[in-house]
Amino acid sequence: MTMTATTPPRRFNLASVLPALTGLGTLVAFFALMEVLIRTGALNRFIVPPPSEIIASFPRIIVEEQVLHRFVLTLTECLTAGVMLTVFGVAGGVLMHRFKLLQQACETWVAALASAPVVLCYPLFLVIYGRNAWTIIMMGFVSALPPVILKTLEGISGTRKVLVNVGRSFNLTPTQQFWKILFPAALPTIFVGIRLGLIFALINVVGVEFLINFGGLGQLINELAERYDLPGTYAAICFVVLVSVLFFMVLEKAERWLTRAE
Amino acid sequence: MTSTPPNAANTDILVVDDVVVRFETQEGPVTAVDHVSFGVRQGEFLSVIGPSGCGKSTLFNVIGGLIGHTSGVVSVGGETINSPHQSIGMVFQEESTFPWRSVTDNVAFPLELIGMPKAQRIERARHFISLVGLDGFENRYPNELSGGMRQRVSLARTLASEPKILLMDEPFAALDEQTRLLLGDKVLQIQQQLKQTTLLITHNITEAVQMSDRILVMTYRPGKVKRIVDIDLPRPRTSEIVGSEDFGRYVAQIWADLREEASRGMRDEEEHALHHTGAPS
Repeated sequence: MTMTATTPPRRFNLASVLPALTGLGTLVAFFALMEVLIRTGALNRFIVPPPSEIIASFPRIIVEEQVLHRFVLTLTECLTAGVMLTVFGVAGGVLMHRFKLLQQACETWVAALASAPVVLCYPLFLVIYGRNAWTIIMMGFVSALPPVILKTLEGISGTRKVLVNVGRSFNLTPTQQFWKILFPAALPTIFVGIRLGLIFALINVVGVEFLINFGGLGQLINELAERYDLPGTYAAICFVVLVSVLFFMVLEKAERWLTRAE
Repeated sequence: MTSTPPNAANTDILVVDDVVVRFETQEGPVTAVDHVSFGVRQGEFLSVIGPSGCGKSTLFNVIGGLIGHTSGVVSVGGETINSPHQSIGMVFQEESTFPWRSVTDNVAFPLELIGMPKAQRIERARHFISLVGLDGFENRYPNELSGGMRQRVSLARTLASEPKILLMDEPFAALDEQTRLLLGDKVLQIQQQLKQTTLLITHNITEAVQMSDRILVMTYRPGKVKRIVDIDLPRPRTSEIVGSEDFGRYVAQIWADLREEASRGMRDEEEHALHHTGAPS
């Protein structure tokens, strides 16, 4: 005779799904309102197409405009820029913390660069890298670098003194002090920088694709807008939002895993 | 031939000899610790008590090797120390657990540094977790623990490094009185079990009398040794001892010494505040 353990049936808990349902409901209500406003003529359909037409254009742009290929292209450009800015941004912040002269000399410039419209430099990048994906990636990377550097610096400098003293009391070498105390202590702040950097990178990647009419979703939006295919344009914009959502879901998972105890 | 400093004996494991610590400030040099000498015997529990601003924490940092001293000598087992020494384990006043490490990983930290294999260090860490009474919390993270429990994790982490001298700077200062008394019991129990030489920096007279073999009373700024009091209370002790007549006598005796210093400190701070706020005379 075999015995099987039975688990109690899971009860449906409305409270746990209520925030998600509310969010979804708000979105549906917004689209319904837009549909009504456009169909009644309150909003000009040649400026904003009805949501139903945008939804109807999805199969068309997926098949005819190779949107999935473009989606992967934009996602790859964003990921490449993201990996680069994480590696170089964190390293830059660490170097500025390690060498005070470098920090004193550069911190203000880096902060100024964070608010500068770096996207305007795209002709220079076109000259350097040519009309290819590297121009787009490098634009995303350069424009997103400052917040990662600054937040890394802030995170390491802001490590509680007592934790540093614990390390010193255990006679840690400078390398051990960095990897075992400063870096893990700074990780939550570093992630804030990476999050900001990725927002900047995504905006710039799609923006430069649009400007130089090359690559993934940005180019598609440009082409559809020039053809005055408004439902298609908005549908392509939905895919950009999807890239952003995927990007941040992955980042959130990584952040939770790395800082699970915070 | 080496000379033995005042308040120290040849058998002392830790010797603080004529230590002076002077800081340069905007208002000129300030002497925080002024020719302080004492010794701590093997297995002894010695407390350093004094009013706020008497240089207790400066002394803690000097003995721990975290800051330098202007003159004098600090030695452990005859070896002069000028930087953190493996024989001295420090427990800090502020919360000092690593929030990104579980209780076991926090306690195993010093064992990881010496390259102990993982299985062995986890087993060793569990021993010290059990010693501080945190069985069942091995996989919890510091943010899931109370302030008293976190201090016990810090204590276990320091004990895991098996220091010859346990140096504690007001480890229970941020805790409520009841937790403080109960943790005092725990520290006493561990100290007696391990025969751990312990130096406690505190401003709490009850805590000092409850735990110490001797209490070193410091003067207000500059911090000097005012008196060393032998606490001749029976061991093993628990917090129940605070109700005894002898306990009250020691507390009164030390308070008599401290009161004058604390009053001086308060007057000094008031004058300082008046001077800096430009109050009308």
